[in-house]
Amino acid sequence: MDFRDTTDEAEFRARLRDWLAEALPADWAQRPPHVGHLPVEERRAWSHRLFEAGYVGLTWPTEYGGGGKPYTYQAIFLEETGRIGVPEHVGVIGLGMAGPTITIHGTDSQRKQHLGAILSGDTIFCQGFSEPGSGSDLASVSTRAELDGDSYVVNGQKVWSSWAHIADHCILLTRSDPAERGHRGLTYFLLDMHSPGVEVRPLRQITGDPEFNEIFLSDVRIPVEDVVDVPGNGWNVAMTTLLHERGTLGIALTSQLDGNMARLLETAKAIGVAGDPVVRDRIAGLYVELEGLRYTNFRSLTTLMKTGVPGPEGSVAKLCWSETNQRLTSFALELLGADAQLDGDGGFWTGFWQFQQLRSRGNTIEAGTSEVLRNIIAERLVGLPRSR
Amino acid sequence: MDFAFSEEQEMLRAAARSWLKAQYPADRMVSAADSERGWDPRSWQELDSLGWLDPGLGMLEYAVLAEEAGYALYAGPWWSTAALAAPVLGAMPDQPTTLAWAEPGTPDLRSAGRSSTMTATRAGEAWELTGSKLRVPDLAIADSVLVVAGAEGGSGIWQTQLPEHGVTPLSTMDTTRRLAGLRLDSAAATMVIEPGEASDVLVRVRRRSVALLSCEAVGIAQRALDLCSAHAKERIQFGRPIGSYQGVSHRVADVYTALQLSRSLAYWAAWAVDADAPDVDHAVTVAAVSAGEGAVRACESAIQVMGGIGFTWDHPVHRSYKRAQWIAAFDGTARSRRAEVAAALLD
Ligand SMILES: Cc1cc2nc3c(=O)[nH]c(=O)nc-3n(C[C@H](O)[C@H](O)[C@H](O)COP(=O)(O)OP(=O)(O)OC[C@H]3O[C@@H](n4cnc5c(N)ncnc54)[C@H](O)[C@@H]3O)c2cc1C
Repeated sequence: MDFRDTTDEAEFRARLRDWLAEALPADWAQRPPHVGHLPVEERRAWSHRLFEAGYVGLTWPTEYGGGGKPYTYQAIFLEETGRIGVPEHVGVIGLGMAGPTITIHGTDSQRKQHLGAILSGDTIFCQGFSEPGSGSDLASVSTRAELDGDSYVVNGQKVWSSWAHIADHCILLTRSDPAERGHRGLTYFLLDMHSPGVEVRPLRQITGDPEFNEIFLSDVRIPVEDVVDVPGNGWNVAMTTLLHERGTLGIALTSQLDGNMARLLETAKAIGVAGDPVVRDRIAGLYVELEGLRYTNFRSLTTLMKTGVPGPEGSVAKLCWSETNQRLTSFALELLGADAQLDGDGGFWTGFWQFQQLRSRGNTIEAGTSEVLRNIIAERLVGLPRSR
Repeated sequence: MDFAFSEEQEMLRAAARSWLKAQYPADRMVSAADSERGWDPRSWQELDSLGWLDPGLGMLEYAVLAEEAGYALYAGPWWSTAALAAPVLGAMPDQPTTLAWAEPGTPDLRSAGRSSTMTATRAGEAWELTGSKLRVPDLAIADSVLVVAGAEGGSGIWQTQLPEHGVTPLSTMDTTRRLAGLRLDSAAATMVIEPGEASDVLVRVRRRSVALLSCEAVGIAQRALDLCSAHAKERIQFGRPIGSYQGVSHRVADVYTALQLSRSLAYWAAWAVDADAPDVDHAVTVAAVSAGEGAVRACESAIQVMGGIGFTWDHPVHRSYKRAQWIAAFDGTARSRRAEVAAALLD
């Protein structure tokens, strides 16, 4: 057991800090945090810089443009960038879900086509899993894919698809065999979002931002080469996607929480309540949760490095992170008192906390609702009988 | 970054677990807990032969053993000896030994070195101790006691035999780790820590003892989880195992989740003590909040999930619950510990 950086890791961390100091505006640390997401073009440009500097896909195979490094380097990268609120790479779904899935299940030509482009930010992926009739019960998806010659014809509707309005490709889960129910008869595609018959309609979220979308698919032709793994095995592929979504997201989410914690401390000081014993007690309680997540992630990371696959413990980190982040952001608003209603120019940090607090309500819904995660923990990790 | 115990440490754990399971089952723990002295003295020899008293054990080995001892709810002075006495003596003593530090104005380990109404005075070559101490863990079953006392030159620590009169056993909720008052009257003693040096030593005692209690608390929470999940799988109501109802299963999932976090923090704290890491005090404090409160809540959930059975004296879960509360009240409370965390963050 040893929590210290190795010499190489320490050097990597130091170089990264230097690089960030160069790459970010000089007054970055003093600026009030940005409200919501940066404009897409800025995020793309930033993603390019990260990529050029070799900080994207640190653990991905070198033959596809990755860094070929152990997971600890990715953890260091996330720690260092999360703490100071460095903008995220534009291709979160590509990096966290599509990429690992293609690496594991994809063909060589799929890897060649997508992996490098995901890293550079040239290809943005979205995820087309949920449907109006299929949310938590993902295995019930009914978007139809019918083989016709050397392509599939796809019809149906996807919903809540984050970043679909800027995406070039979509990891798409469909039903290819209507005779089969549930987990069987599903096929997983890499859909080109520019194909004829794909229509994206943005949906505004409670923050006011149109971050997710509906996707309507009408007679969309997808070449058979764009099937991931074999037709009918879509459920297994989707499980890989979700395991990575929850598994590798843990450290990323915790480092964002770390950033929010730093801002909470700043906020408490700025509005003069840092001496209030009740405030101090609440903040310390949140901090203990944060530390618990941090070290639990380190433990999962050690397992990941030994086995190569994220374990189901990812559900624990996601569940705990989402609820802690909700408590933290709600507490930040509580600190603002009557000003909590002011979310524009007259408000504290022009509405940063209002955005964060509202956005956090989605955390317990996206990537598996808290109820579904508790089911998973109870059934798979504790071994209790199924609830259905 | 390597967050795993070594193969040898895992073997030590496996050996401890299988011995405790076979030789220290719940009924033996219960009869020790309900006995007059609160332990079975034969168990000391048994632990010795298992290597629990070996001088070569490091903090991570202690961490593993403390967790397993917490799981089995071992009743005996092993923790007091390993966590309170050993860091003062600089080595693991082979006889049960404890430490007396608390007084009305200086209840916790870090304030106890500042001043003391217990006095140590020279009597020729030897020393004599006079005064009182509060709530000394395992005192009545210890072979000797280390006593924080004030002398010219500041507070030091002395070792003395248990006085014939002057040990007052206290009624405690947790009968597996009892407390007693100590009153010494010109008791002959040997100096172990020079006057003026006690504070530094007590800081180390605090780190070690609180970190090991956090590991113990993790063992307690794991036991509570195992008890209630086993019950939830077997108990049928309304024609289904109760564990298939989400009101039950989600509560169990929450125990599991909290335990993962506490476990990570307790191991981290043990490592930080071992490595003398710069943030060791922070690590120990954070682990104590999480593991201490976590163990209490895990036992509460277990009691709820088990229904009437869990509320009986005969079911062992209340023993774990009471130990969990012992741990939560040791050397501060979750509230005082959070105040410390806040001071580090905000001041
Ligand atoms: C911000 C955000 C971004 C998203 N991005 C994407 C994306 O990019 N791509 C994508 O495919 N999807 C995305 N989603 C969709 C998300 O995966 C679904 O919302 C989620 O799976 C829940 O499905 P649902 O909304 O249909 O709710 P439902 O499944 O209908 O659930 C409604 C409520 O019932 C509860 N419930 C359902 N089943 C059970 C059960 N068995 N036991 C106990 N409680 C249960 C749920 O926990 C929830 O509280 C996103 C969602 C959000 C909020």
